[in-house]
Amino acid sequence: MISGMDQVFVLLRLWLVSFLPAAWQPVIGALLSVVAIVCLFPALFALTTVFERKGLARIQNRLGPNRVGPFGLLQPIADGIKSLTKEDIVPLSADAAVHFLAPVLLVVAVFMGFAVLPMGRNMILVDMDAGLLFYFAMSASTELAVFMAGWSSRNKYSLLGAMRAVAQMISYEVPLLLSSVVVVMMTGSLSLTKIVAAQSGFTRGLPHWFIFTPWGFAGFVMYAIATTAETNRSPFDLPEGESELVAGYHTEYSGFKFALFFLGEYLAMFSISGLGATLFLGGWSAPFSFLTWIPSWIWFFSKLMLSIFVFIWMRGTLPRLRQDQLMNFAWKFVLPLCLLNLMVAGLWRFMGDGWLRWVICSVILIGAYTALGWGEMRRGKIGPRSYRYAE
Amino acid sequence: MSFVFYILAALTVAGGLAAMLLKNTVHCALALTVAFAGLALLFLNLDAQFAGFAQILVYIGAVAILVVFAILLTRGSETPRDGVFSRTWLAGLLIAAGVFAVLGWAVIGSVRVLPHETAVPTVTVLQIGNALVSRYVLPLEIVAVLLTAAMIGAVIVAMHEKEGQK
Amino acid sequence: MTPLASYLLVAALLFSIGLAGALTRRNAILVLIGIELMLNAANLNLIAFWRYGPHPELLTGMMFAIFSIAVAAAEAAVGLGLVIQIHRHAKTTDLDAMNRMKG
Repeated sequence: MISGMDQVFVLLRLWLVSFLPAAWQPVIGALLSVVAIVCLFPALFALTTVFERKGLARIQNRLGPNRVGPFGLLQPIADGIKSLTKEDIVPLSADAAVHFLAPVLLVVAVFMGFAVLPMGRNMILVDMDAGLLFYFAMSASTELAVFMAGWSSRNKYSLLGAMRAVAQMISYEVPLLLSSVVVVMMTGSLSLTKIVAAQSGFTRGLPHWFIFTPWGFAGFVMYAIATTAETNRSPFDLPEGESELVAGYHTEYSGFKFALFFLGEYLAMFSISGLGATLFLGGWSAPFSFLTWIPSWIWFFSKLMLSIFVFIWMRGTLPRLRQDQLMNFAWKFVLPLCLLNLMVAGLWRFMGDGWLRWVICSVILIGAYTALGWGEMRRGKIGPRSYRYAE
Repeated sequence: MSFVFYILAALTVAGGLAAMLLKNTVHCALALTVAFAGLALLFLNLDAQFAGFAQILVYIGAVAILVVFAILLTRGSETPRDGVFSRTWLAGLLIAAGVFAVLGWAVIGSVRVLPHETAVPTVTVLQIGNALVSRYVLPLEIVAVLLTAAMIGAVIVAMHEKEGQK
Repeated sequence: MTPLASYLLVAALLFSIGLAGALTRRNAILVLIGIELMLNAANLNLIAFWRYGPHPELLTGMMFAIFSIAVAAAEAAVGLGLVIQIHRHAKTTDLDAMNRMKG
């Protein structure tokens, strides 16, 4: 029962490959997986754009797209045709080669990240020993693409947006890495399949996910903050802040290249949500022991879509931060807590089983969070916004 | 030698050459990242997976970004009027050519004693980690101190002078 | 030509390119880029020697390269900080124009 539906894609691939000579099988098998990834995630992207527009519309008390197809579900096809048929404008003074390479590099680098994500039991393209390192190496390469886009456009808004984006991505990459290192410390492996395997057990019907430990919960919260900033989503969407920078680094992009940027951003969101699910939410494992009969890939994709929903919800709820608030928050609040979390994880590892480590680790983390937050609030660095109205 | 090696070597050397020859400084920095990526792929070709990914993460993700930031902060993207090469370029070129001649002569001269194709070593990340905290623990600690010192130093050096005087 | 020799030749070529750039370019940042290229060429040598050397299981060359990558990152940060400070002081990054020791 488990193996049938659960392994349906793996078996399908094996069946398709079995028609070929043995020498070709590994290559064609890998190619099939690549094709599956390259088709699946853009399709998910199309679906997500409708959900995002619909969801934002509900939050803002409007209807959202409802003209094309039933409930506006065919809207992404119309959007796609529109962006394909639009004129591809390259500004006269732009650096044409770099201007062309930037979106391509972005999409390629983002797609590479999917190669190491385990999307279900035995559903991973390359089970690398250093998978997590590979993922972060690829996501670090996207920063350069953003810079290339902003610089090559020869537009002050683009350049400003790109500089903001790169500064923000560099700043939040540090907490992103440090909050993931906690998981590596506990599992002793950089391989994502081993990280999922370490979380797949159950005690009394409840899963061994890392989020259900003090350090895992703190790590997950900081990971979520860092990913929101890393993917330039609201409330950290300063790089493209429409009201101040037009559209940031993709102001000068039109037609298909703009669509590529749009695609790259959403794909980055998918892959980083998938990584978060893998690191903290047990990857493809089921949340309760009596639900293990549901195929593993359904769990992975529902966790992924749940995080996408949270992204959309945050975008509809929170106002944009200011640049100095953003930087202060990263370096003075998230980073110290991440470093402390590393120590707490070490403590947890060496205190052995028992309720004592739960109390001590939680007290340290909550205490540090409260003290740090209170201190920053008092100095007025982080805190509620103050508004000055016209007299 | 394999076909892959020649492609990667050509890519790396072309990236390096472009980084040193192009007029526009930002183009130089982008060519430099091509050279870095080529080197990372060469590392992977040498079965050093961990070093290759570390190379991408550190060089393309951090050093290249730092370089382009520095270029933009110093208005370096404007090409200077009086050429991009120094007055003493001929001497520099001769020195570099001499160095290459000596190195190449040494490598070619020792081809016979150099080891031939060996078995592919299998290195897991676990082994690297164990080595880092056992045999190489002192270098690791020293690197940690060095990085901290460099970070503080870089921040102090790049800070505004005026704020210090006030 | 053994594989090790070809890797060493590529590294030597890259090192010389970096050296030539560091010695001939006027812009201080490009001199730093040249130095980075030289460091990377040395890393390639280390990894190649690790791969084809007698004891790859000891990881010596690879560890050396990993430490060298970390040190090079520190070097780049400090070097670029210095360049920015010089630019703030002298309003130029042209090394030929920096011919006074007096501020």
